[in-house]
Amino acid sequence: MELFGLYHYWTFAVLLMIGFYAVIAKSNLVKKLIGLYIFQSAVFLLYITMDKVDGGTAPIIQDGVTGQVFSNPIPQVLILTAIVVGISTTALGLAIVIRIKEAYGTIEEHEVREMDHRVA
Amino acid sequence: MVNLFAMFLLTLLIITAVAIVRTKDLFVAVMLTGIFSLLMSANFFILDAADVALTEAAIGAGITTVLLLGALALTAERERPVSAPRWLPLVVVAITAVVMIYATFDKPRLGDPLAPVHQHVAPWYLEMTPVLIGIPNVVTAILGSFRGYDTLGELIVIFTACIGVLFLLGVPRGEGHQPPGNGAAPPDVALSHHLIPRVVGRLIFPFIVLFGLYVQFHGEFGPGGGFQGGAIIAAGIVLYTLLEGENSSFSAVPRWTLVAMAAGGAILYGAVGIAGMVMGGNFLNYSVLSNDPVLGQQMGILIIEAGVGITVCGALLTIFHVINAREHC
Amino acid sequence: MDFFDIISWILFTTGGAFVFIGGLGALRLPNFYTRLHAASLTDSIGTILIMTAIMFQAGWSLAAIKLITILGFLMLTSPTATYALANAALLSGMKPGKPEYDKEGY
Repeated sequence: MELFGLYHYWTFAVLLMIGFYAVIAKSNLVKKLIGLYIFQSAVFLLYITMDKVDGGTAPIIQDGVTGQVFSNPIPQVLILTAIVVGISTTALGLAIVIRIKEAYGTIEEHEVREMDHRVA
Repeated sequence: MVNLFAMFLLTLLIITAVAIVRTKDLFVAVMLTGIFSLLMSANFFILDAADVALTEAAIGAGITTVLLLGALALTAERERPVSAPRWLPLVVVAITAVVMIYATFDKPRLGDPLAPVHQHVAPWYLEMTPVLIGIPNVVTAILGSFRGYDTLGELIVIFTACIGVLFLLGVPRGEGHQPPGNGAAPPDVALSHHLIPRVVGRLIFPFIVLFGLYVQFHGEFGPGGGFQGGAIIAAGIVLYTLLEGENSSFSAVPRWTLVAMAAGGAILYGAVGIAGMVMGGNFLNYSVLSNDPVLGQQMGILIIEAGVGITVCGALLTIFHVINAREHC
Repeated sequence: MDFFDIISWILFTTGGAFVFIGGLGALRLPNFYTRLHAASLTDSIGTILIMTAIMFQAGWSLAAIKLITILGFLMLTSPTATYALANAALLSGMKPGKPEYDKEGY
């Protein structure tokens, strides 16, 4: 099942680059934040892909069932933390974008930079 | 067969991501982000990560969509296209993608039990959890007890985001806008002519909160825990606010309660740690909380998960209310 | 039991066919309201058939009770969401009954 695992990693690489492209090439600030969200999700996919074991199940130990193969619980703990941290940064980023809109009247990055150059 | 389905879901993920980047309408982009989160959650479930799938569905597909929509209402609705050609980012992105795909050929095979990531600590955790802590869900045991410090730090992160948003958006806007007097409330923006969603919303709201509490307290026996439970309860109260209006929501869960919840959960977590120190162990050592160390661990995990749920619920609700109450410029 | 297996597979296939028809309709029908009508197929009949098929697969256990609860919840909320969407479109001025393609995407 080489192709199965490799396909997961290729999806991670492609998604990472799609999110990164949205961050660097798009000029709308909300689009950049959404691109950052896609970037984060791709990293989560990579970590969770690494935790699967052949024939394993979710790491919940049930009484009386011995000899069960479990998937690795550690990347899941890391990603649980990372998801909550991700939404914290997204919420803070959205608050900053709202304030930028109120101060400049626009949320396009090139227009904001033009206004700064005109004033300065 | 499951492998084929997983590959199909991954292809859908890529198609959705491309659509998000290419569309010019921001509303469409936000809706597609919700779909993206849900597909990612399905992928996590296929890869045996039940806790993470629940968290991604509750927080990613639920709360993030609401926050993005609230921010969209205050900013723009369409993206304005740029005139300059964008070939340099495309080239950089393409080269990096090719390099990363070349690097993936060296990774261990998916599911290999002999991969380095499955050695060292992971078998120790799987072995020692029934002995030392005695709860079935290993992920909650690691999150709450073995790696309790990280969870405390994460709780402080979400609390910091809450007070950061409060600093930025909590003050009513200054010149040009006359904020209403202290006693007057802003006009009620309930969906008064949407009868059916209001009736159904009032019907299912107690069940949403009940399910959130179930997920919160069953975190030790199955997928669940503080983050998921807190996010589900927050989503229920967001539904109530959207249907009944801000005033009803604030008379049910007033502002000071939300801030107290956001701070109180983190204080509860720290208090459990300090209680461990007072009773003779290290900070965040739960074994000394009772005579039987295993029972002490279980009590400790229960209390800190409650703290986590309270803070997550309070913080997410505060952020939502602050964005909701901001007047459109 | 084999009998339950056969029933559940028949229900799966029928449910899948309805979901496919709903998706096809959401793509090909001309107006917003007709597309909404097609998409609501997946919410109602598709969900009922597929959930019933899973219940037959699960047998008579705690999982079946949970599935009945989930089905009840979905039956309550999905048609409400479809109604809310149609109501919002009507209130924002989109007129039903005109088979036209929208100009700037859907």
